[in-house]
Parts: sequence; C-alpha cells; structure tokens
Amino acid sequence: MENVRIKVRDANLYYGDHHALKNISIDIYDKSVTALIGPSGCGKSTFLRCLNRMNDLIPNVKINGEIQVAGNDVNRYDVILLRKKVGMVFQKPNPFPMSIYENIAYGPRIHGIKSKTTLDDIVEKSLREAALWEEVKDRLKSDAIGLSGGQQQRLCIARTIAVEPEVLLMDEPTSALDPASTMKIEDLMENLKKQYTVIIVTHNMQQAGRISDYTAFFLNGEIIEYDKTEKIFYKPRDKRTEDYITGRFG
Amino acid sequence: MNEIKNVRHSRIKERLAFYLLWVFSILTIIVLALIVSDILVKGLPHISFSFLLEEPRKMGKAGGIFSVIVSTFYIVVLSVVFAAPIGIAASVYLTEYAKEGPVLRIIRYGTEALAGVPSIIYGLFGYSFFVVFLGLKYSILSGALTLTLMILPTIVRTSEEAIKAVPSSYREGSLALGATKLQTIIKIVIPTAMPGILTGLILGIGRVVGESAAVIYTAGSSLGVPDSILRPGRTLSVHLFTLASEGLSAENTYATAVVLITLVLIINFIANTLINKIFIARRR
Amino acid sequence: MIFREKIVEKILLFCAGIAVLGVAIIGIFIFREGWPVISNTGIIGFVLGKDWAPTQGIYGIFPMILGSMYVTLGALMIGVPIGIGCAVYLAEIASQRLSTIIKPGIELLAGIPSVIYGLYGMTVIVPIIRDLFNNQGFSVLAGSIVLGIMILPTIINISKDSIEAVPKEYKEGSLALGSSHWQAIIKVVLPAARSGIISSIILGMGRAIGETMAVIMITGNSTLIPESILSPVRTLTGNIGIEMGYASGEHQKALFATGIVLFVFIMVLNLLAKLIPNKVGE
Repeated sequence: MENVRIKVRDANLYYGDHHALKNISIDIYDKSVTALIGPSGCGKSTFLRCLNRMNDLIPNVKINGEIQVAGNDVNRYDVILLRKKVGMVFQKPNPFPMSIYENIAYGPRIHGIKSKTTLDDIVEKSLREAALWEEVKDRLKSDAIGLSGGQQQRLCIARTIAVEPEVLLMDEPTSALDPASTMKIEDLMENLKKQYTVIIVTHNMQQAGRISDYTAFFLNGEIIEYDKTEKIFYKPRDKRTEDYITGRFG
Repeated sequence: MNEIKNVRHSRIKERLAFYLLWVFSILTIIVLALIVSDILVKGLPHISFSFLLEEPRKMGKAGGIFSVIVSTFYIVVLSVVFAAPIGIAASVYLTEYAKEGPVLRIIRYGTEALAGVPSIIYGLFGYSFFVVFLGLKYSILSGALTLTLMILPTIVRTSEEAIKAVPSSYREGSLALGATKLQTIIKIVIPTAMPGILTGLILGIGRVVGESAAVIYTAGSSLGVPDSILRPGRTLSVHLFTLASEGLSAENTYATAVVLITLVLIINFIANTLINKIFIARRR
Repeated sequence: MIFREKIVEKILLFCAGIAVLGVAIIGIFIFREGWPVISNTGIIGFVLGKDWAPTQGIYGIFPMILGSMYVTLGALMIGVPIGIGCAVYLAEIASQRLSTIIKPGIELLAGIPSVIYGLYGMTVIVPIIRDLFNNQGFSVLAGSIVLGIMILPTIINISKDSIEAVPKEYKEGSLALGSSHWQAIIKVVLPAARSGIISSIILGMGRAIGETMAVIMITGNSTLIPESILSPVRTLTGNIGIEMGYASGEHQKALFATGIVLFVFIMVLNLLAKLIPNKVGE
C-alpha cells in the first residue's frame, strides 16, 4: 500500500449559503497522479484550492472538516509554508511580467535564497524538469510574456517546482493550450510523479485516463467514486460515474 | 528551521508595512478633518444672516458678503451656460462621430493640455485676451469666458464617460426603428447619460467656485453688486484671498471661509451622491 | 436630412476643437506679451538672472525657478510616499468599511479651494514653523507641507487606479508560490503598476508647480535665492500672482515672460507624463 500524502475527512465548504463541497473524504497517495473529474461547477477546482488555502482569498468562504497535508492540518499550518509545500499551476498560464529567469528565481528568492550561483542552478534544474530548458536556455533574460502558451505553462510548472514542493496541484493546466503543447505537458507528468504528488483537475476524460493513476469523480460537490483509474474507467461501481464516463452528461 | 525563520521575518515585515500604510491612509482623513474643523471653529461663530445679506463695508473689514455672493452666483451661472453646451457637444463628437486618426489625437491632446494649464496662466490669458484684446474690461463676462475654458476638460471628460456607458443596445434599438443618428443621440443617448453629465457640470461648478487666480485678473476685485455682466465683481474665493492677505478682519476672513467651504462641501456631496444614487442605480 | 446631419457634425467637431483652439490662443497670447522681455534680456539672462528688480528694468527669474523647484520637490517628498502608500492600502489592504470613509475624504481634499489651503497654511502651519525654528515661518517648508497635502488626491487616485488595473493573476501566482501578501504587492503588483504610478507623480508635480494662491500666502515671497528649507521663497507662480496687481508696461510683460517659462515647464511635464510611462512600462 502506498503512502497517503493528503488525508481529507468530512470536509465541507460554503460560499455564503451555497454548500459547494459536501462531506469530502479522500486519501491521496504519494508520488502518483490523481485526477479529479466531473462536470463543470461540481467542486473539483474548489476542492483543489482547499489544499493550498487559495480559497482564503475569497470572502465569505467557510470551511470545516479535516484536511491534512503530509501530516499537517492545513488550517493550523502556516499558510506561507503550506503554499511552499503545495504548489499550484493555474488554468491560464500566468507568468509574471519579468524575464524567464526572474520568474523562476522569484519563489526561491522569496524563501530566502540569495546566492546567484544557487539560483542559477535552481533555474536550470527547474527548467529541465519542466522540459523547457533546451528551448529557452539561450534567452533566460528575455520576457516571459514572449513565450507561446504551451511554453508559458511549462514555465509556470518550472516556477512552481523551483520552490521544491511536495505536492503539485494543477487546475485544468492544458485546457487553454493547443494539442501539441498539451501532449508535451502530459508527457511531463510521467516524470513529475516520480518526485511529487500530483493532483490534476481536468474535464478532459481522455487526458485523465491517459496520465493518472487514481481518479476521483465529483458531482454536485460530492465525491461519488474514487479508485484506481482503470477501475473507474472500465468497471465503475456507481451508475452516475458510468454515465459521466460514457458521455451521457457532463 | 531556516524556513520558519524566513516566514517569521516576512510576517513581521508585512505587519509593520501594513501598519505604516494604515497610518498614511488615516493621515489623509486627519488632515482633512484638521483643516475643515479649523475653519469651522474659527468662522462659524461669526456667521449670521446679516453677514450673508449685508453689503461689505470698509473694503470688507466690516459688514457682510452679499455682493460677493451675488458676483459668485453670476459668474458660476454664466460659466456653466457657456461651458455646458460646448462641453457636451464636444463629448458627443468624441464618442459618437470621431474616427481614429490625427484629428482625434490632436483634439485629445488639446483637451488634456487645457486641463494642465495652471490657473495663473488662465488669469494672464484671460486678462490679455478678454479684458484687453477683446475690450471686455474687468467683468463678470471676462471671468466667465476664462473659466469656461478652464472647466471644459472636466465637463468633456465626465460627459464622455457617461455617454460611453450608455449601452449600444439602446442606440441600435433606436436606429432599428428608423431614427437618424442625431435623433438617437438627442432623444436616447444624452437623456440616459444625463446623471453623469450633470455630475460633470456640478464638478465644474465646484472648480469655478474655488478658483481665484484666474478670476482676480479677469473679473476684477471690485466690491459691489455688478449691474450687468460687463461690470467687474469680486467672487467668494477672491474675497477670501483679499481679506486673508490684507489681514483686515479675522472674523470676516473665517466667516467667508466657512461660506466657501460649506458651498464646496455641498457641491461635492451632490456630485458624489448623484454618481452613487442615480447613475449606478440606473446602470443596474 | 443627411445634409443637416453633416452640418451638425461639423458644429460638434468645432466644439471639440475649441479645446485645441483654446490652448493655441493661450499659448499665442502669453508668448505675444512676454516674448519682448525675454528677447531683450536674452533667454539666458532671463532664466539664469539672479536679480529681479522691475523698477530698474532688471528681470532675472532664477530665484523663482529655484523657488518653484524646491517647493515642488518638498511637496513630492511629502506627497509621494504618503500618496502611494495610501493608494496601495486602499487598493490591496483596506476593508470595505475603511474604504467608504477614506475615499470620500480624498474627494473632499481634492475639492478644497487653494485659498482655503492658503488660509490654513498661513494661520496654522506658518506659526508652528515660526515657533519651532525661531524664524519668519514663511518658508519653503511651509509651502512644501501645504502643497504636499494638495497633491495627495492626484497621486492617490491615479496610483490606485493603476494598482487596481494589474491583473490579479499575478498576485495569485505569487501567493501560490508561498509569498506573503506584502511580498506579492512589493515584488509583483507595484512593479507591474509602475508606469501608472510614475504618471501620477509627474501629474502631481505639474499640479504643485502650477499652484498660485496657496503658495503666495505661505512662502514669504522673497526674491532672493533660497538658502535652506527655512528660507522664504518666491515661486514662478507667486511672481506673477503678486505683482500682476500693480505692474504695467514692461514690468507687466516681464510677468507674462515668467508665464512663458511656467507654461513651457508644464507642457514639457505633460509630454513626459505621456512618454516616460510607456517606455518604463515595456
């Protein structure tokens, strides 16, 4: 049995009066890719954002229940350190309006690393891990905004890796990209999961089937079914899961 | 361990920074309160109906400010009468008719430049052009014409915003019924944009009331109710300046200041509540 | 029908053009009146001349240029940190409740006439300086304090707008990497808002240089070169404002000439306000 990296028990989230997440309980396993699938608006992204407390940015949000990352309750753990441990890549690539180098060095600098040589190493290592190094190694000082969409997203992945997280949260990371860039990033996942626990929200079921080890099916704020990916896709236990997988709704 | 130390440092820095910024923000309110209360405290005791309705005597050392109020009223009304049609017309042109190109850019640059000209330059200009060159002499008219130019950018800017905010669906609906562009503008666009336009006019009035450098050298500083717009007149701000610099009467100085600041507060209040109540409510 | 519309369009165009016409005529008339004095004294002599003695036909406005510069610089030193700080606070940190108190306050501050600022400066600030430093009280310092307050609304409003215009994805990205809110503001949001903030500073500068009445009432109006921030000083605007009341003939033209210099300063500043931010923002 693999290690449980993230443990959630009976988590509920309310946007004002709207009960967005209902009694979520799930164990996410270490060094694997877990896909969260389900129709739009069913809570996948909301749940994801609970794991690094990005929901704190939204006013009128109430959360209860137990959410533990690497043995630490997220609400009792310092949010800054939590976000260092739990990195996030957003749906729309959001590089800072700075050079490629500066984008990657930003995180380490924030966390206290000042030595230029260390930073240089981190930048290279992160870009290599994100499969972007060869493409940009000669123009590290150029503006990140000049990169293509797919490159920008890999830059954001590199930026997140640079702070040495344990968990990588990816919120529909390829939905804004073209098929070729999407493929590159999906290839990346195989390598990423060797080092990190990856949780990816996707509404592209083929993608979930291709790259994930475990899959959780969300519907109306609840987890209907959670199991190894092959089981979910070929022998789902719940009829609703089967309907969604076979495209009857969603 | 290093990590936790770092975080603690960041948090401390953050708390200090936020506190400092809070202080700065509160400072602006404190300064406002200091100034307004100083004026009110020193001036309110000397306000009375007779002060408002009596004529100034002994160059303002005694008596009231009636003629000053009248002159201010005349100059405000006249300035708005001139500036409103021109400003609204200009904003209509800029939003409904103008096409991208050098002409548009020149007009925009001109309007911005006009907004940046210091009031004393308006004073010099008004003097050399209206008072001397056009022979209007020191008069309410000279003052109003100068102030018209001064408040034009404000009126154009706010009217433009108001007109742009009118949904294009209104225009399309009107045109689809067979109305001409002009009819659409007059009957639909401008009435809808009216709250915003009015706000701009009121802000313009506020500027006129508060203006002194441009007014002294165009409308003059003679006391006495002007019989016509071709006669000079002293406005509230000019009167305050004169009383303050010549130190004739502290009571009257502060009383005048109270009237001026009350007027400005009322104008400001109307302009800002108009924005909030009518304009935004309509947009919903 | 179409013909009538065409005529109306031309009228509207004319109205829009009045602004341009206005600027042009202002420029023409100021130059017309003032240029003779500048050409007589020579540009260098006028701008760098240290003596202003109209009764003897000597017109040098260097002390006034310095006066305007010192007072403006002082105003910026006060107004910029407080203004940008307040803008950041309102845009990023302040609660709804606090905002509803502070925002109208700033609008009011912007609407207070300059003579009121002058009156306050004259009757409160100047005596305080007089007591603290044992001098006249009318000084560069007094001018800087009052002007600093007067330019706050300009700097706050424009900076605040620029900060609010920064895409919130930048801030989110920074927070997701484990930065504090303050770090996100300082390292990502403010740099992204840089060009707008610089614009606000330049516009604040223009406002300070152009202020007349408040300055006349509190700076002492000495025509000597100011030696320290406690020295009395006369600004370009003050020069015009004080003497216009009784100047005639060549003296009056010299005041227009002062106006030319002021006008040129302001036009250059406005141009900078448009050009610099675009370059810096790249």
